[in-house]
Amino acid sequence: MTAPTTTAARPLDVPAAPVPTVGSHVRDYLARVRGGDMGALPAVLGLIVLCAIFSVLHDSFLTQGNFANLFTQGAAVTVIAMGLVFVLLLGEIDLSAGFASGVCAAVLAQLVTLRGFPWYVAVLAAIATGALIGFVLGFLVAKVGIPSFVVTLAAFLAFQGVVLLLIKGGTNVSVHDEVIRAIEIRNMPPWLGWAMAVVGIAGYAAVQLLRHRNRTARGLVTEPLAVVWFRIGVLAVLVGTAVHILNLERSHNPLVSLRGVPIVVPIIVLLLVLWTFVLNRTAYGRHIYAVGGNREAARRAGINVDRIRISVFVICSSMAAVGGIIAASRGGSVDANTGGSNVLLYAVGAAVIGGTSLFGGKGRVFDAVLGGAVIAVIDNGMALMNVSSGVKYVFTGLVLLAAASVDAVSRRRATATGNR
Amino acid sequence: MSATPLLELRGIDKSFGPVQVLRNVDFSVTAGEVTALVGDNGAGKSTLVKCISGIYSIDSGEIVFDGRPVRINSPRDAAALGIEVVYQDLALCDNLDIVQNMFLGREKRSGLVLDEPTMEQMAAETLAGLSVRTVKSLRQHVSSLSGGQRQTVAIAKAVLWNSRVVILDEPTAALGVAQTAQVLELVRRLADNGLAVVLISHNMNDVFAVSDQIAMLYLGQMVAQLRTSEVTHAQVVELITAGRSGGLGLSGDNGDGANGTGTSGADRHDTPPTATTEPGVDR
Ligand SMILES: Nc1ncnc2c1ncn2[C@@H]1O[C@H](COP(=O)(O)OP(=O)(O)OP(=O)(O)O)[C@@H](O)[C@H]1O
Ligand SMILES: [Mg+2]
Repeated sequence: MTAPTTTAARPLDVPAAPVPTVGSHVRDYLARVRGGDMGALPAVLGLIVLCAIFSVLHDSFLTQGNFANLFTQGAAVTVIAMGLVFVLLLGEIDLSAGFASGVCAAVLAQLVTLRGFPWYVAVLAAIATGALIGFVLGFLVAKVGIPSFVVTLAAFLAFQGVVLLLIKGGTNVSVHDEVIRAIEIRNMPPWLGWAMAVVGIAGYAAVQLLRHRNRTARGLVTEPLAVVWFRIGVLAVLVGTAVHILNLERSHNPLVSLRGVPIVVPIIVLLLVLWTFVLNRTAYGRHIYAVGGNREAARRAGINVDRIRISVFVICSSMAAVGGIIAASRGGSVDANTGGSNVLLYAVGAAVIGGTSLFGGKGRVFDAVLGGAVIAVIDNGMALMNVSSGVKYVFTGLVLLAAASVDAVSRRRATATGNR
Repeated sequence: MSATPLLELRGIDKSFGPVQVLRNVDFSVTAGEVTALVGDNGAGKSTLVKCISGIYSIDSGEIVFDGRPVRINSPRDAAALGIEVVYQDLALCDNLDIVQNMFLGREKRSGLVLDEPTMEQMAAETLAGLSVRTVKSLRQHVSSLSGGQRQTVAIAKAVLWNSRVVILDEPTAALGVAQTAQVLELVRRLADNGLAVVLISHNMNDVFAVSDQIAMLYLGQMVAQLRTSEVTHAQVVELITAGRSGGLGLSGDNGDGANGTGTSGADRHDTPPTATTEPGVDR
């Protein structure tokens, strides 16, 4: 009424926000943290504190050999946690992910050892089994309408039985295939590790800088260039240090050399990049967040909610299959306990510790890697100190509880400060 | 009425099982005007809107859009015609930012990848076109917005798509005085920009402040659709609560053209929605 009536040709002045500076960027970040959006902060702090404690308590924690162990020990749980992030993003849960990985590992062992198929057939079959499992779970949740908690609890029990059936009640089936074993027990030549590191960092830098330039060219609000370079620098330092340490000799036997980045590491990085791309850069990923944030709004926006719900279970179980393959590679065999005991809790814990919310709508695939690192450090450090399984379980349980509390508290804060 | 209506509903019937919620409803919306749709709780306003937006299918009647009879069987059909609805409960995703919400379900892509810069620019232009200046950053999460800002985002989302009809179901119901004024100003501007706007509201002051026409529903029947300048506040209230006022509204007895005078406004029908004694029911 007071405003002019024809406004279509009005100059584009909506984002009246001032151009961000490094200072304002830091202030915004601190404000977000205080407002309850802590992101990766608790996990990073936890990781530093845990590493400090364990390296004080035990001298061999901070050795290059143990550093490499952290990657191979944490790999399976991390990969399963990556898949769980998708399910958690919808506010659902998959309690069967651990034993699903066991089932898929058993399929792998069956094909490659007992039937003599080549490794790639066995790997594909294992992943396809995971996808099928996920489809059935997702169908029961989305179309039949059974709560995911119940569906996957039933599957948790049933898959335990399926593993037993697949290994024919035997104690275990060994996996000797060279290629499959290589994932966890072989390392890349040092030069290849460096080459991949350089390519990876350069690729990240290119993507970040191009995006910054593109946004600036189109007159959109951008973060300061210094912040972009800071992120690239941090990544370069972290990756460089890790590759350097992993390329150090870690064999105690002067006759055999043991050095290089374990092959499983680039696999995890690849999966991380792939799923991060899917979540952040595709419409499908956007729709996952939307369904997790407000299912009704997503439905009204024309998103096929059932399809999204089924698909995340497919992703989760497929990733569980990859986790199962990694576990089989590490152990060299599949038994009734593959994917059992604490695998599921570790995986859920990894996702939540990394910052993925149990309430849905918030989470990143990177959380699984970060939380997986925390879990691996706890597991590894306690094993070094020879604490009893009892202490280990209690401590891990407490860490998971702490992570869930951080999640719940930050959510309360976010609603208190966010919705004013 | 000056212009021909852009959207016209003729003789719409809608029942949920045995309950007839809409009876022989006529309703028209003109481009460049705000048409207020008023009626008591349960009169059928939201149901009528859902028939227009394709969420409910109509039992009988005719919908004419831009001079052509059309069928609207799904929200997609409505969107294809350029009909957008801002629902009573806004349906925004708290965990997404303003741009993400505005493009939800209709993201711009280049190939497989989301085209964020284009979406952000379009969102900025749309908000600028509506003279919205209250949001700090287009990339802030919707959870951090006030009620009025959220309403603004929901409305901007509706006009982003070259829409021609925008229907707002009680957009100011949960807002304070200042924010209500802002949203009403925005509603007026939509019409001034050439859109046909339908505004559902229980607040007569709001209705009289922005509307060009008022359509009154009473127990599922359209009692009248009049120009705002031709009715008084009191008459509208009476039409909403009693179904008639003086010579306006439903006729007093069942013979349709027998007399249009009705009786005094004091003669109220306190009948429930399922009443079978209402005029016009017998065949
Ligand atoms: N899905 C449904 N099934 C059965 N009855 C329904 C359904 N939806 C609405 N009704 C009935 O239709 C009538 C009209 O409802 P509607 O929501 O259209 O009213 P309204 O005018 O929007 O009211 P309000 O002002 O409270 O929003 C009510 O009596 C309601 O109970
Ligand atoms: Mg309503």
